[in-house]
Amino acid sequence: METLEPIVAELPLFKGLKPEHVQIITGCAANARFEAGEFLGRVGGPADRFWIIRQGRVTLEIHAPGRGSLTVQTIGENDVVGWSWLVPPYQLRFDVHAVSSTRALVFDGRCLRGKFSSDPELGYELMQRFSQVILRRLEAMSIQLLDLYGDHYGEHE
Amino acid sequence: MASMSERAAAAAPAGVVRGGDPMQPAPWRVVRSRPETHDTFTMTLEPVEAGPPFAFEPGQFNMLFAPGVGEAAISMSGCAGTVKQVVHTLRAVGRLTKTLQRLKRGDVLGLRGPFGAPWPVSQAEGHDVLIAAGGIGLVPLRPAVCHILKHRERFGRVNLLFGARSPRDILFAKEIETWRGRFDVNVEVTVDRAGPGWHGGVGVVTTLIPRAQFDPANTVAFVCGPEIMMHFTQKELERRSVPDEHIWVSMERNMKCGVGFCGHCQFGPLFVCKDGPVIRYDRVASLFGIREV
Repeated sequence: METLEPIVAELPLFKGLKPEHVQIITGCAANARFEAGEFLGRVGGPADRFWIIRQGRVTLEIHAPGRGSLTVQTIGENDVVGWSWLVPPYQLRFDVHAVSSTRALVFDGRCLRGKFSSDPELGYELMQRFSQVILRRLEAMSIQLLDLYGDHYGEHE
Repeated sequence: MASMSERAAAAAPAGVVRGGDPMQPAPWRVVRSRPETHDTFTMTLEPVEAGPPFAFEPGQFNMLFAPGVGEAAISMSGCAGTVKQVVHTLRAVGRLTKTLQRLKRGDVLGLRGPFGAPWPVSQAEGHDVLIAAGGIGLVPLRPAVCHILKHRERFGRVNLLFGARSPRDILFAKEIETWRGRFDVNVEVTVDRAGPGWHGGVGVVTTLIPRAQFDPANTVAFVCGPEIMMHFTQKELERRSVPDEHIWVSMERNMKCGVGFCGHCQFGPLFVCKDGPVIRYDRVASLFGIREV
């Protein structure tokens, strides 16, 4: 039977990890499929998993009273969704919404956290890699906040 | 003693300036002008007087002059080559561009050009091409896209990544849909913010780079947008191992003469109007983000 291990090993997030670590991560992974419109998780809900999108698109959304659902970011192929599983109180910060039919790998965060105490090296590796994910998201949101293409851009008269 | 015009003519790159005097605007007539988005418009111009053919390369700009108002460097947005008419897309943000926006068919303005270093489209042949544009930065890149699609077989994989402020700020929307319809180019559009009615991507243009398909060692990147956007785009390309010497950026500075004579657009040791606006990233990397430059 085909296992997920070679697929997990090739994912950008896990590339270069020791084979034994890939094996442990694979033990906490499963395939998942979501229909367009389906929510992978809701804000405030338990952050006990994360996803890596293999096909399709999901959005991170936040509900603003009177304005409806606002999309903060669209996430696509090979992108990681969810880092709240690493940080107490392990609650989702955004709604995670499939906007098209989506295939993903889902990783059980509680399962992985349990492995960290017996394998701190794995914990450190994943913390480092997820820090990159967080850093990039923070960077992207900072740029969004700058309103780069506002009226000040392009005025050299 | 040589006049300012003569000195400017001597400073101008050979063969890129129409006529003998690069400081002397020629009269051009508005053939048509139409809104592109809520604050941008596209003007088609033709020369009033007969003269030598007008030829330009992707990424070059003209100086457009409205008598009594002023003059500014404006990139050409039409397909490059030898043309009878030139196409400019502008954002109406200041006194000059708002004046140009009000011009109607038959009105006349002054034009000098073409000026500046173009996108190195010939050097990109045989490579994957990644085009990253932010906001009005798509304007100087459009002639490069036009060239690449016209000679599609000469290039490897082509990615066009475009970021806009909001859905209503998406430039050349119909054309982008046409490009999207092709199987030989990957077009991704994202906006910084959107309401509930928008079904496209949300997020800054840099977030599109990690998932774009290209061979980093064999990729040439053309990047145009606000300086901060270009800075973070380079960072993402660096994470994908695209060498700095394969990245070209189009710099924006306050250009006055257009021929490297007046010094208004000085950027470190470079004059953006003459050494740029298109410059290889490794030539300007050390200058990015320096407040004093």
